[in-house]
Amino acid sequence: MFELSQEHEDFRKVVRDFAEKEVAPHIAQWDRDEHFPTDLVPKMGELGLFGLVVPEEYGGSAGEGQGDFTSLCVAIEELGRVDQSIGITLSAGVGLGINPILTYGSDEQKARYLPDLVAGRALAGFGLTEPEAGSDAGATRTRATREGDDWVINGAKAFITNSGTDITSVVTVTARTGTNDDGSARISAVMVPSGTPGFTVEPAYHKLGWHVSDTHGLTFEDCRVPASNLLGTEGDGFKQFLKTLDDGRIAISALAVGCAQACLELATGYASTRVAFGRPIGVNQGISFQVADLAVMVEAARLLTYKAAWLKDELHEGRRTVREVKHAAAIAKLHSTEAAVTATRIATQVFGGNGFMEEYPVARFYRDAKILEIGEGTSEVQRMLIARGLGLPQA
Amino acid sequence: MNIVVCVKYVPDAQAERTFNASDNTTDRENVDGLLSELDEYAVEAALKLVEAGEGEVTVVTVGPDQAADAIKKALQMGADKGVHVKDDAIHGSDAIATSLVLAEAIKKIGSPDLVVTGMASTDGTMGVVPTMLAERLGLPAVTYASELTVDGAKATIRRDGDVSTQTIEATLPALISVTDQINEPRYPSFKGIMAAKKKPVEEWSLADLGVEAGQVGLDAAWTKVEAFAARPPRSQGEIVTDEGDGGKKLAEFLASRKFI
Repeated sequence: MFELSQEHEDFRKVVRDFAEKEVAPHIAQWDRDEHFPTDLVPKMGELGLFGLVVPEEYGGSAGEGQGDFTSLCVAIEELGRVDQSIGITLSAGVGLGINPILTYGSDEQKARYLPDLVAGRALAGFGLTEPEAGSDAGATRTRATREGDDWVINGAKAFITNSGTDITSVVTVTARTGTNDDGSARISAVMVPSGTPGFTVEPAYHKLGWHVSDTHGLTFEDCRVPASNLLGTEGDGFKQFLKTLDDGRIAISALAVGCAQACLELATGYASTRVAFGRPIGVNQGISFQVADLAVMVEAARLLTYKAAWLKDELHEGRRTVREVKHAAAIAKLHSTEAAVTATRIATQVFGGNGFMEEYPVARFYRDAKILEIGEGTSEVQRMLIARGLGLPQA
Repeated sequence: MNIVVCVKYVPDAQAERTFNASDNTTDRENVDGLLSELDEYAVEAALKLVEAGEGEVTVVTVGPDQAADAIKKALQMGADKGVHVKDDAIHGSDAIATSLVLAEAIKKIGSPDLVVTGMASTDGTMGVVPTMLAERLGLPAVTYASELTVDGAKATIRRDGDVSTQTIEATLPALISVTDQINEPRYPSFKGIMAAKKKPVEEWSLADLGVEAGQVGLDAAWTKVEAFAARPPRSQGEIVTDEGDGGKKLAEFLASRKFI
């Protein structure tokens, strides 16, 4: 069976310490102000969080047999336990920002972008979703047309994480670059550096949760980038982002574990100290059984998540198949995110009226949890993938 | 420049700390321990000096088996090697015995250019070991540094007092204790955690240092904890109802406590 190494556990302690000292004291204010803490990003970089899956030549620490993807999940879980927005900033920074460049980029593209991204001096975004193409990514309308030595991009992207921070250096955008022989859209990924004329970052969204995470719509109007900004091979965009999303699912699952863990700790603490009818409310089985259920949810979600992460690390070392990892990732994401949403509902209930007050962190977790069931593939998409993995007949 | 940093493994200040009922010493078994936060500043100060030039940082601790965690943390931060002095006879040692063991360990390590310590431990908080250690090693003791620079064979510190700020120089080799104002200790990176696995840690007993068991431990201590009791929970403050004379009552209260 799989287990976390002593180094993973040591690393967990460090990230927890970091989150409690550098994030926890400020998070209520940042959340209220919808403030993205740009200064925190290089600190996360110093800790090595952005470089966990990146080889040393680009400033990372990846190495054989270390379980690097598992380390990333530990970091996301621990940041997410203190605040979900900070957790997603890391998850998206690595999974959507760094990963496509690392996996498909040319040596030149990697050398140009990765060192700053790994150090936390820069962030990168990944523009896939469009106002009219969410789960149905094949319906992408954004177009990139070849004109001489340039790609000219026109279209719009929606809900793009880390795309508009002061340190965002580049956004990888999926776009139609033609039509395949079977009539389907030829989709390719193109890198658009921040500040390119014709590339507009729209004002930040006002979201139900994840207030501290940077999310924007993007528009492209005759936005011109050199032909060399193509990421990987033309027409591979669809394949590339499907793989990117598989990894992202396990990361979101880890973020959900952090959320549920926070709910468990907060509810346990409150149930032990809050007195009603002359005794701590945790004495009542109506409360203690709910807290017990939370503990079960956290345990189950954590096991599924780290099983999937372990499989991914094993896949990386050639000992597992892509299919196994995809299946485990979908199962973990589905279960953990639904558990997290339920956990926030239970925790706020334990807190009673106080749980509805923003001065208690459970309220923030309650708002933050919902998106977990939606981002990087909705729960419905996960069920579809799991059913497909079981070999059920497909429409 | 070769630097030795003395570190201590202490019970986590966030946890419920207590004493052993049998001999009135700190209970280190039933509480999570960690590298004393005040020693992290010493490790950071040493790492900065070595990173700016060259040399090695050796961390030394005196403590039970679990104290290896304090060394590990310092190695994860970037120190080069560790020395762990452990011996059952050390249990219950006072500051005088601790400084003796540390001094002998540092002599065995070699002749460092600098010995750096925190300003005090977060458990005993006596703050006397650095000076005692300097005395035993025959080094200038330059304590409570909130700034430290080394230029050639000269160390300069800033020491912030209540009424003045002093700039103090000492010739190397020297012992320097640092305050929590001197820097922001780094968090170990994942790379640092992996690298620490391969760094050497030596374990020495009292015999390795030529220290007699009778020179250390509870029986040799010059002071002894006779009894301990948990501090009673803070009692509720006095609530004054304002009936038009609230200001007067407040002033009376402050006057009774000699604040005004």
